[in-house]
Amino acid sequence: MNLTDNMADNINMQVEIAGIKLKNPVIAASGTFGFGREYAEYVDLNKIGGISVKGLTLQKRRGNKPPRIAETPAGILNSVGLQNPGVKEFIEKEIPFLRKFDTAVIANIAGNTIEEYCEMAEILSSANIDAIELNVSCPNVKAGCVAFGNTVSGISEITRKVRAFCKKPLIVKLTPNVTDIKEIAKAAEDSGADAISLINTILGMAIDIHKRRPVLANNMGGLSGPAVKPVAVRMTYEVASIVKIPVIGMGGISSGDDAIEFMLAGACAVMVGTANFVNPEACVDVAEGIKKYLEKYNYKSVYDIIGKLELNE
Amino acid sequence: MTNSGAQKGTPLDAQPVGRKGVYPYLKRTPLDVQFTGGKGVSPYLNRTPLDVQPVGRKGVYPVVRLDALAPDIYLMRIASGYIAENALPGQFVNIRSCEGINTLLRRPISILRVDRDKGAFDIVFQVRGKGTGMLAMKKAGDTVDIIGPLGKPFFINESFRKIAVVGGGIGIFPLLFLLKEMQSAEKTVFLGFRNKECIVLSDDFEKACDSLHIATDDGSAGRKGLVTGLLEESLDNGQTFDIIYACGPGPMLKKVAYLAKKHNIRCQVSLEQRMGCGIGACLVCACKTKQGDDWDYSHVCKDGPVFWSDQIIFDE
Repeated sequence: MNLTDNMADNINMQVEIAGIKLKNPVIAASGTFGFGREYAEYVDLNKIGGISVKGLTLQKRRGNKPPRIAETPAGILNSVGLQNPGVKEFIEKEIPFLRKFDTAVIANIAGNTIEEYCEMAEILSSANIDAIELNVSCPNVKAGCVAFGNTVSGISEITRKVRAFCKKPLIVKLTPNVTDIKEIAKAAEDSGADAISLINTILGMAIDIHKRRPVLANNMGGLSGPAVKPVAVRMTYEVASIVKIPVIGMGGISSGDDAIEFMLAGACAVMVGTANFVNPEACVDVAEGIKKYLEKYNYKSVYDIIGKLELNE
Repeated sequence: MTNSGAQKGTPLDAQPVGRKGVYPYLKRTPLDVQFTGGKGVSPYLNRTPLDVQPVGRKGVYPVVRLDALAPDIYLMRIASGYIAENALPGQFVNIRSCEGINTLLRRPISILRVDRDKGAFDIVFQVRGKGTGMLAMKKAGDTVDIIGPLGKPFFINESFRKIAVVGGGIGIFPLLFLLKEMQSAEKTVFLGFRNKECIVLSDDFEKACDSLHIATDDGSAGRKGLVTGLLEESLDNGQTFDIIYACGPGPMLKKVAYLAKKHNIRCQVSLEQRMGCGIGACLVCACKTKQGDDWDYSHVCKDGPVFWSDQIIFDE
């Protein structure tokens, strides 16, 4: 073992978010990693800090009409519409598989009504998962969801009510499609969120000029990928500087350097989404990239860089 | 230096005018392509039943050659022993068109044929946008980042003695691989194209089957009309098949499925849809399928691209 290896081994990659210990600060983002099993052939799930599973609803959902995806400059637009087998099948079929691996399991939930969110939180509280991520930011479904997440009163009410049923750490995932993300984040914190994750996708549209119609069957969809990163970094910075609870940053991360930007801006952990589609090993690559950065600047722990951004005068 | 602009300018405050130009890249030295080798044995020989789905793998492989077959249609030969040995007809590879983030998503492209002895496989693609445009600029010796082979292959059974294969436009390509693997069956092939200029690889198809029938929309080659017309005529004339395999545009597949049902012949269709991950995680490549008395969205990348035609609910 040479000196470099020694130093790398001394770097502490662990982070703790709302009581959940993650071996490294990289989590696969909801909707981009299925239930883990789809990627298990391509990447060692044991090397990923956590997996936020595909957004779950109380009942099975078929999702939106195709086409559900459009490629845009440095990004993609999607309108899957929360296709999933429902929370019960997730518990029966997917949790046992996920638990074979040493990685945190986060259940991302979405609903049409506050009651549905509460019921899911209650059911999942007795399931073998590490945390619940409240998806109040999906732009692709007609009823509920983002409607709860884009006003201070909406986010306060849903967070407070779900909190009462949720025995697991509660992460609230914010939508960027608001005027002031700070007041939304503060409202989530004040209403009992244990952590905040951001950003969900930015509402967008792509048009097929030859057909003179939107590319997506649903007309609009959520933009993700490198194109959204500067917006996501800015919002992560704004939120991290105003709340005391941990912030999980995401939006266009595909390398360790991308992740470092979010961590300097105040994120305790990051989620990797769209990059998984391009590179199935993206989560592991990001974790290794973070480690390399820490090594390069002689940091001993991830915590040495979290929120260490110094603004220009 | 005789004509230096700086010599004429006095003193050295003359600022040369920048100019935008497009200049040729330095000539590449031809690179030797390393074949990774492979066993010359069809994976079918050892597999029963024949609907096994091999595990895709991510790899970076060299391009052996790139040929233009027709305007905007390219054939690319890629050296990969793993894919050559493991790919089955109907499967696809998910290929990155470039490094970086210019075109983010991989492009799913079906496998035209494999050369197991040399450890290489061929794909054919049509330039439709930026991503496929970049693929068309690759040269021998360049590398491509590929995940594959992916997807459910065509179902092949030794008991299928007489088969029909129906292809339309750029949907014909996975069918050549299928024909090559079904050597002992009697194979009737119907291919449809827009016009004569769009016909590609017809010699290869001719060699791989017992009888080839071509239709073009404008009648510039073969029969004028739709390829499904040729199939319909053949069936109406009393031809029977153990199975029909089809790949092409949606309306063509819908008609083939209808004809197969009418004549009580089992039928498989290979579908196309915009994809994201290609491995069943992102759920974007949805297609409507029957589930008992109900329906659901299946996914072309993992549940397909090949489906039994009676599973599919075709759009109106």
